[in-house]
Amino acid sequence: MLRLDAVGRHYGDHQVLHDITLTVPDGQLLCVVGPSGCGKSTLLRTIAGLLPAYDGTITLDGTPVHGVPDNLAVVFQDYARSLYPWLTVRENVALPLRRRGLPRAERRAEADRILARVGLTDTARRHPWQLSGGMQQRVAIARALVCRPSLLLMDEPFGSLDAQTREDLEDLLLEVHRTDGATIVFVTHDIDESVYLGDRVVVLSPGPGAKVVLDLPVELPGTRDQITTRGLAEFVALRSEVGRAVRNR
Amino acid sequence: MNQPRTTASESARSPDRRTPAVRHSLLPLAVRHVLLPPLVRRTLAPAPVRHALLRWFVLALAVAGWQLVARAHGSVYFPPSAEIARHARDLWFSGPVRHLFLTEDAVADILPSLGRMAAGFGIAAVVGIALGIAVGRSRRVYALCNPVLQFARAVPPPALVPVFVVLLDFGTPMQIASIVFSAVWPVLINTAEGARDTDPLRLEVAAVLRLTPTERLRFLILPSALPRIFAGLRLSLSLSLILMVFSELLPGTANGIGFTLTDAQSRSDLLTVWAALALLGTLGYLLNTGLLAVEKRLVGRGRTTTA
Ligand SMILES: Nc1ncnc2c1ncn2[C@@H]1O[C@H](COP(=O)(O)OP(=O)(O)OP(=O)(O)O)[C@@H](O)[C@H]1O
Ligand SMILES: [Mg+2]
Repeated sequence: MLRLDAVGRHYGDHQVLHDITLTVPDGQLLCVVGPSGCGKSTLLRTIAGLLPAYDGTITLDGTPVHGVPDNLAVVFQDYARSLYPWLTVRENVALPLRRRGLPRAERRAEADRILARVGLTDTARRHPWQLSGGMQQRVAIARALVCRPSLLLMDEPFGSLDAQTREDLEDLLLEVHRTDGATIVFVTHDIDESVYLGDRVVVLSPGPGAKVVLDLPVELPGTRDQITTRGLAEFVALRSEVGRAVRNR
Repeated sequence: MNQPRTTASESARSPDRRTPAVRHSLLPLAVRHVLLPPLVRRTLAPAPVRHALLRWFVLALAVAGWQLVARAHGSVYFPPSAEIARHARDLWFSGPVRHLFLTEDAVADILPSLGRMAAGFGIAAVVGIALGIAVGRSRRVYALCNPVLQFARAVPPPALVPVFVVLLDFGTPMQIASIVFSAVWPVLINTAEGARDTDPLRLEVAAVLRLTPTERLRFLILPSALPRIFAGLRLSLSLSLILMVFSELLPGTANGIGFTLTDAQSRSDLLTVWAALALLGTLGYLLNTGLLAVEKRLVGRGRTTTA
């Protein structure tokens, strides 16, 4: 369980986050929505233990977060820069497996398996800079999924994908979430996406001093499906509610 | 006509597109249109081959020019290039096949020089990279060391040689120490700056992936500093060559290319002096080419991105 208690964060005297209190139960897929610059990336970095100096407390399964917790994976917003250009796609994706102490052949096999799932079977031996933006983004996603994290933080991971790939990867994420049961904090601009993916949607107010303005459980009947789910009356109602909160009306 | 619109990064990715511009600037129009067509243009050789031919063409032109002018003047101070080449071959490269054509003089003079230079450059490279990483990875150490490094870099390297002569007396240790203490600074400073400039986001990635310090060095810091490291190594290599010769010019040395130079000079044997100079130029060129080839292999991949 991930708990944020009165978490705040400032850069110098610029207060970015203010008094954020959230409890994310194990296995929840939480979507965080908010206007650009409100501090969504800052929130994820703080949870990841990358910004040690924050106000309030963050605990993960009861232990306070000070450094980077174990079994955490992050998809950074700047996915292209987050890949290591001197390594091949496969080497990039296999890198997180080192800490699990797997032999080389198994690391490769795992990397190839996850690359196939994100639709990148033929690119394993190429370098990230030889790939399109959307393909690089999928490499970054594969690198995060490969070690089956128990906490997965994703910062607008589907931002530069075409609609079709995006829907495929949304469904892949839901499937991974169902099978692996990871806790996922998913940051997005896209209100539709947040309602489609999330078990719960949290809306942040515009900065400075962003705080939670809406905390909405998403209960949709049946397994989610790109076409039927998005047509449901419940879906449309939830979407409008999130939309109103984002636009502050 | 999309040539002018290509950005720097685009043209860096396709060397072919750069070639025409280089060709224009390197050669006068007359050479391009009168001399080159039969040689290069009509051969339909691939671009890299054409480029190599052009480079050698200018060098060949310079050597031929030297030959003609020297022959016409007949000065003893400036012997013709063919004569220098013949003399160099007689001196060093007319030995038996099983010695790779090296003569006894070559074994006695060129090999010790190269050995000292390799030792000096090797030590400087290892020490420079290791210290450079250590200095560059810590903001505080970098701030503390930077003035010292800038000072050390500003001292003209040959000026250090007398210090080592006093400390170590004449001989190989003094010569190697002189090379090391001059060649170490460029690698050290460049490595430190390269290591310091490691992308902070990639460091965050390393933290999230929980790489061990060794893995972080191997997968992140060294590869991302590599272009800077090689920039330093290239400077260090040419300094090593300079210091190799310089340390052999001093009295008390008994062998080496530098010794050959002073020895020939004392006998007013200008032909040998010129041959030694040509040999040094060739060695410098070959060593630099070798280093560039290593760099291309190691740095080539993953370096077309600007980040
Ligand atoms: N390293 C930093 N130093 C100073 N200010 C920063 C730093 N990083 C972020 N900020 C500020 O913090 C605020 C929130 O930034 P953040 O990147 O978290 O926003 P975001 O919600 O992720 O925006 P976007 O949706 O555009 O990605 C911004 O006003 C930004 O200027
Ligand atoms: Mg952001």
